[in-house]
Amino acid sequence: MPDADRPADLVYRTRLPIRLWHWTNAITIFVMLMTGMMIFNAHPRLYWGSYGANFDYAWLEIGNHGTQGYVTLFGVQIPTTGVLGYADHTDEAFPPLVTLPGHYNVPVARLWHFFFAWILVIGWIGFAIYALVSRHLWNDLMLKREEARLSSLWHDIKDHARLHLPRGEAARHYNPLQKIAYLGVLVLGLPLMVLTGLTMSPAMDAVWPWLLVVTGGRQSARSIHFIVAAGLALFIVVHLAMVLLAGPINELRSMITGWYRLPPERPAPGDKA
Amino acid sequence: MSSLVSRRTMLVGGGSLLLAGCDKWTTSPQTLDVLSLGEKVTRSAQRRLEGDRQALAPEFTRAEMSPVFRVNGSTNPTSAGYVAHAAARFADWQLVVDGLVAHPLSLSLAQLRAAPSRTQITRHDCVEGWSAIGQWTGVPLGLLLNRAGLSPRARYVVFHCADTLLGKPYYESIDMLDAFHPQTILAHSMNGAPLSIGHGAPLRLRVERQLGYKQAKYVMRVEAVDSLAPFYGGKGGFWEDNHNYQWYAGI
Repeated sequence: MPDADRPADLVYRTRLPIRLWHWTNAITIFVMLMTGMMIFNAHPRLYWGSYGANFDYAWLEIGNHGTQGYVTLFGVQIPTTGVLGYADHTDEAFPPLVTLPGHYNVPVARLWHFFFAWILVIGWIGFAIYALVSRHLWNDLMLKREEARLSSLWHDIKDHARLHLPRGEAARHYNPLQKIAYLGVLVLGLPLMVLTGLTMSPAMDAVWPWLLVVTGGRQSARSIHFIVAAGLALFIVVHLAMVLLAGPINELRSMITGWYRLPPERPAPGDKA
Repeated sequence: MSSLVSRRTMLVGGGSLLLAGCDKWTTSPQTLDVLSLGEKVTRSAQRRLEGDRQALAPEFTRAEMSPVFRVNGSTNPTSAGYVAHAAARFADWQLVVDGLVAHPLSLSLAQLRAAPSRTQITRHDCVEGWSAIGQWTGVPLGLLLNRAGLSPRARYVVFHCADTLLGKPYYESIDMLDAFHPQTILAHSMNGAPLSIGHGAPLRLRVERQLGYKQAKYVMRVEAVDSLAPFYGGKGGFWEDNHNYQWYAGI
């Protein structure tokens, strides 16, 4: 794709299927998280094992005493008024600001959730096939032997902590922590969400009883579903922070057009790349 | 101070307006129409996977049962007829099986208790997210339908219940695939004792591959029909008619 008229530091970094999948997921995962929090509000308690209801021990509970919101984690109650349990004059576990719909409506949230679940699954299968066939998985996502060494990972962690992001040629490829984060979402996070989601379906438990063996029971599946969703939310926060730090315009352009301007090796004064 | 308050009020007010506008769109009938496509795909996918295998819902041991099985939904019907039956411990109560059948049945609780039964320890999954495991004993629904001489025209079974929610009568319905599933029973006993009023005495439906709101309590009449359209809101159940819940509750 290189073009004679383009400056040498402009590289074609992100291929179309990757960009398509990225933006599909950007919408899908937001809908899944927001409707998921709405559905969670119907019974904001989590358990381990097969069963779990009001009289059973909940390892996590979001609730309120009147207008005082709280989160109880392993028996320790933490006040969360204004954020969780009670916020915005609403006594829901997750406040209206972050749920879809913005008022208590489980059936509508379920319609949204299961519609976008299909988009998530179809997108994941399509992308998984693409990543295997195009060798995107091996060439770009899997860690190289030298990257997987503890010393080099430690080096990368220190670089990230100091906000020393890769520049020049090094910015042409994903860095090791970035690869681990993307691989985590692709091969661990999303498949776990789908498996634990399916385990919560009584029909699927009849058809595929192994789901219960893999996840440890319906209520365990519900807990894992929640924890991995929280992990995905954390991924999004870090991901957006990294985009801001690495230069939002340049990063957005590469995810829309595919073209990315390599940041110069040494930042020059007044450089706004 | 006052400017701070008004600014906050403005922000919150503006945010609420925006949310309200969004909410209108996210819950509009047109939006729900499009989204229900996903529900149709889910239903046909799950039905295809279930196929003719009549895959059984997982069953558990006594040791795996919930220590306390919570009650929910209607817990104490107040209609005069039901109250009288409950006071008489359902001695004169009769279950009616009619509709598209050759010979309608009228069965007393004693007759139902004496009929062939199935006992199963299964997990009850509420649409809200909680689960409880309990033991159910009752007459397989398919047995009653066969004895009544079910017409081949029948496509659904409607369960008319004694309870009302928000002033409307509770009812539910299932198709023949679930009606003749071996675990689909009309339970008269729970955890080895006669069904309590909180759990749906004298008779409740167990349709184990679907969510809790399908497990109709206080079943008075079982009607075989060829269409759900003529009943109440036409969507096949109380929650379906009044609250956008889906008729197929396999997920």
